[in-house]
Amino acid sequence: MSRDRVERAVFGVLRWVVIAALVVATAFPFYYMIMLSVRDIQELILDPAALWPSTITLDTYREVLTSESGGGQGFLVFIRNSAVIAVAAVLLTLAIAVPGAYAVARLRFFGRRQVHFLFLAVYLFPAIVLAIPLFVLFTMLGLRGSLAGLVLVYISQTVPVTVYMLRNYFETVPAGVEEAAAIDGCGRMETIWRVTLPLSKPALMATSLYIFMIAWNEFLFALLFLVERRESWTVSLGLSQLAGGIEIPTTVLMAGSVVLTLPIVVIFFAGERLLTEGLTAGAEKG
Amino acid sequence: MTATRGRTLREQEARAGLVLISPTLVITLVVVLLPMAWAVMLAFQDARLINIRYTGIFGGYTLENFGYVLAEPGFWSALVTTLVYTVAGTFLSIVTGLAAALALRGRFRGRTLVRASILLPYVAPVVAAAFVWEIMLNPQYGVANVLGTRFLGWDDPIAFLSQAQGEFLGVRVPVALLTVIAFEVWRYFPFAFLFILARLQAMPAYLDEAALVDGATPSQRFRHVTLPQLWRVIALLSVLRFVFTFNKFDDVYLLTGGGAGTEVVSVRVFNLLTARGDIGASAAQALVLAAVLVVFLTVYLRFFAGAER
Repeated sequence: MSRDRVERAVFGVLRWVVIAALVVATAFPFYYMIMLSVRDIQELILDPAALWPSTITLDTYREVLTSESGGGQGFLVFIRNSAVIAVAAVLLTLAIAVPGAYAVARLRFFGRRQVHFLFLAVYLFPAIVLAIPLFVLFTMLGLRGSLAGLVLVYISQTVPVTVYMLRNYFETVPAGVEEAAAIDGCGRMETIWRVTLPLSKPALMATSLYIFMIAWNEFLFALLFLVERRESWTVSLGLSQLAGGIEIPTTVLMAGSVVLTLPIVVIFFAGERLLTEGLTAGAEKG
Repeated sequence: MTATRGRTLREQEARAGLVLISPTLVITLVVVLLPMAWAVMLAFQDARLINIRYTGIFGGYTLENFGYVLAEPGFWSALVTTLVYTVAGTFLSIVTGLAAALALRGRFRGRTLVRASILLPYVAPVVAAAFVWEIMLNPQYGVANVLGTRFLGWDDPIAFLSQAQGEFLGVRVPVALLTVIAFEVWRYFPFAFLFILARLQAMPAYLDEAALVDGATPSQRFRHVTLPQLWRVIALLSVLRFVFTFNKFDDVYLLTGGGAGTEVVSVRVFNLLTARGDIGASAAQALVLAAVLVVFLTVYLRFFAGAER
């Protein structure tokens, strides 16, 4: 009995130690990011160890968002680019993946079972292998610097997982409801549009969120395709490029980091339940 | 559907299935599979960014690129670095994720907030996360070094990201490599945490309760009741994390650019491609990376997936 009591006491304490350590390790860098973004640069150099700012300034945000011609860093343009790319990627990926997922979930056709292997291969294959021919191709076609080319790449990277996630959900929609719609005179596309999709809203939300996050956070392809044209930079690319120099104060770049991070954190936690359930749905099956 | 008259329903269904899946297949074919095939061809050609227009797609095949790539000592050390980075990153992120999932298994006040905090590194854009780490670890004004020299008695600030070797408790350690591994663990343990927590919460409570009635201590219950039920999800996570970490480019590139003994193969491929414009050599190197990955996966699936069954 005593071993049990000792273990209970030890693990009871250990549990809180682990929780505290994890919270500090995960939250502190983001606290530090926000704290530096509102500090004065002079004050940071004089007292680098301070963990809270003595004065708060929002000039950093003004500088990072103001257009280049206005003397700032022009992050508003980067935000617009990122938003356009991410929204376009979400809409186009869904337009392609919804019919595909429906076909895999409901229709018997030649090659239905083999499709998974294709998707798995795409999902697990090194992106850097793909980056080489695409880089060469885009260079030859003069497509480097164009946002459309990047959207195309993001679609191809997200379609496999999107089909997989949507298929799992479509399979839970009772076939009887769709058959009822067919008896009432709906064609196949009309059934998908008017019956299956409205019933699959949670899955559509979750996959949209997933695609948006991938497109907003992506770095490698943005770097390869857009780096020469500053006016097409995404927020991620803009921050990484400007962070390399020494002329822009760290506090201003921290404001840029907050601008990059905040939208995705807000969107994630707004739809978090949907996303984590979709992501780990496979785990529960074992 | 007048056009389909005369076919059986089964035939109509097969046709509709192919029509609906075709946009997915077309984009995968055009943007993924064809470029991959081209990458394989480029690896066997003397293609450089300056002469690519005259290289052509077929012909001029040679094994020169592979000979060149494999003969360079930098390639083998990059492969070893990639392996160390991948194995350590995979193992530690799963162990940390497991500890986090066990700690957050039971309910307590503020659990939602703690959970949200734990997910932050995984959700945040890699560029922002890497940049904050860079600033925190900066030798001049980074908070880690300021606190370390002031309170932990470090003699000198440590250049975490640009120092290849250092001494820790009298042992020589690869400082920058350990730092990028720590970043990898920090950023991806939430992934393991989510999977393991989902599995923990789906476990039936009666097994644990039965062990409790039989007088099993917490560690015995974990060892003999909980852990056996987790092996499958841990095996799945090992494969996923191994593959993703092995292919990883962003994290190392952003933190160190591949310097100070942290050059993993994908960063090396990128540098060959952009700095030297040597398409053939970079493609050959990327293919070797993919081939090594396939070998590891095959071995893993042979031994571990087979042993489990």
